[in-house]
Amino acid sequence: MSVYRYPVPPASEITPKSVVLNRRAFMAGAAGLAFASQVAPARAAEKLTTVASPFSTDEAPNPLDDISGYCNFYEFGTGKGDPASYAGDLTTRPWTIEVGGLVNNPGTLDIDDLMTNYTLEDRIYRLRCVEAWSMVVPWVGIPLASVLEKFDVQGSAKYVAFETLVRPEEMPGQRAGYRILPWPYVEGLRLDEAMHPLTILAVGLHGEVLPNQNGAPVRLVVPWKYGFKSIKSIVSIKFTEEEPPATWNLQNPREYGFYSNVNPQVDHPRWSQATERRIGGGLFAKRVETQMFNGYADQVASLYEGMDLSKYF
Amino acid sequence: MAQSKLWTAAPEWAVYAVGLVPAADLFVRAFSNALGADPLRILENGLGEWALRFLILGLAVTPLMRLARINLVKYRRALGLVAFIYVVLHLGVYLVLDKQFFWGEIGADIVKRPYITIGMAAFVLLVPLAVTSNRLSIRKMGAAGWRKLHRLVYPAVLFGAVHYLLLVKAWPPEPIIYLVIVVGLLALRFVKPARRARGGSPGLAREAVRQ
Ligand code: HEM
Repeated sequence: MSVYRYPVPPASEITPKSVVLNRRAFMAGAAGLAFASQVAPARAAEKLTTVASPFSTDEAPNPLDDISGYCNFYEFGTGKGDPASYAGDLTTRPWTIEVGGLVNNPGTLDIDDLMTNYTLEDRIYRLRCVEAWSMVVPWVGIPLASVLEKFDVQGSAKYVAFETLVRPEEMPGQRAGYRILPWPYVEGLRLDEAMHPLTILAVGLHGEVLPNQNGAPVRLVVPWKYGFKSIKSIVSIKFTEEEPPATWNLQNPREYGFYSNVNPQVDHPRWSQATERRIGGGLFAKRVETQMFNGYADQVASLYEGMDLSKYF
Repeated sequence: MAQSKLWTAAPEWAVYAVGLVPAADLFVRAFSNALGADPLRILENGLGEWALRFLILGLAVTPLMRLARINLVKYRRALGLVAFIYVVLHLGVYLVLDKQFFWGEIGADIVKRPYITIGMAAFVLLVPLAVTSNRLSIRKMGAAGWRKLHRLVYPAVLFGAVHYLLLVKAWPPEPIIYLVIVVGLLALRFVKPARRARGGSPGLAREAVRQ
């Protein structure tokens, strides 16, 4: 068992929002979005007020169309275009996240509080999908650690469990005649992973409100792990002592480990993870070598010191 | 009982002309950057799916004749060759655009990845069939030998369908539907002798066997 560390986020990341988002402008924007979604979906989202982050990569981000048009979000269907086609109807207000488990102050997180009471940071991260493709995504988010602080985690907590919304009326993948995946989609992180400064709750993309198909209104982003760990449309966060269940791990434990750190040396049983295709480069895009921990080894390798990563894959 | 001439009014080459339209469409859109964020995957998967569809159409000719008494044997060779063209394009896209001649990774794929191994096996089985899909080969090999060789299409289609099922995550419906169709069509072959014994039309049965 490794030693659990609780990296303290730099002060800059827990400062209450300095540039307060004009809430009325935001609401107007949301209304505008609701209207616009009937005419020209996926555009005209209100700009969010954000600050830059030293954790951002300087690689060029993929355009919004790539990121919002090419998604895996099986609640809306298994096709990469399904989320863009069917997530438009998802109601994202009101929205709260239940926070409980091994905490002294269980409670809820309201999406509008989240968006107005914290500094929203631009976090330009590489995203590596387990299917061996990748993108560069300019998320807008808040370090998870700074959000969870107020719930006062108990000493016995070792893991954090996350859960996605179940709402078959608005999620066609959940009302498919056969079961695509067991719902709700669940994911988990070790506590030190959850509290790592790279781990964020994302509420936006490209400086705008998160498109529904990308996990609106709030999703996890853990950039050194395969994309499916970054659970979308979160409704529950629980602290636990035991390793929580994770959907793909339940589905096929041989292929998807609990950790699922990006690792070019550990292949998926059915395909190689050594290289990846960067989306957006067109038909002739060169394959690129996949980096250990998706290029975030300097920041996160210490979390896994002494662990056999081919065993804890 | 003669079937309407309309069924076979179109010339054989029409199968190629119509059958290759989806390939042309895919390539035109791929090269004009009109296949979305990941044109390679759409192209590669699209060609694979059309390969499977044409293999299935070829496989459906005999049951159609036996069960619905519609004789489309005239088009079967073209259907098979169009399917083979799709398989070759599919494999070509995999080698050139997807794996970009990373022979190490390709070799490892073929040996270690069951879905690639089985897809490759399907391709290998189809090569001799494509090569011998001409009158000269039938004459040289003799009808019996030729027919025996062409039974390789059964495992090839089955492998193609299993290849699809093996490469997906979770259980999307499409590969399951294709596999059910393929298994169903293959099963129809194997009930044939039983039906004949029960006194089905001997003329039709003979006709089916002749192909
Ligand atoms: C009879 C032969 C074959 C058939 C019928 C076939 C059919 C298919 C089908 C239906 C798909 C998935 C389409 C979709 O997802 O919509 C596919 C994908 C694929 N096939 Fe094949 N295939 C064959 C041979 C091969 C061969 C020989 C190779 C390579 C050696 C190959 C490599 C692939 C790859 C890499 C994918 C895409 C996997 C991905 O999306 O990541 N296939 N094929």
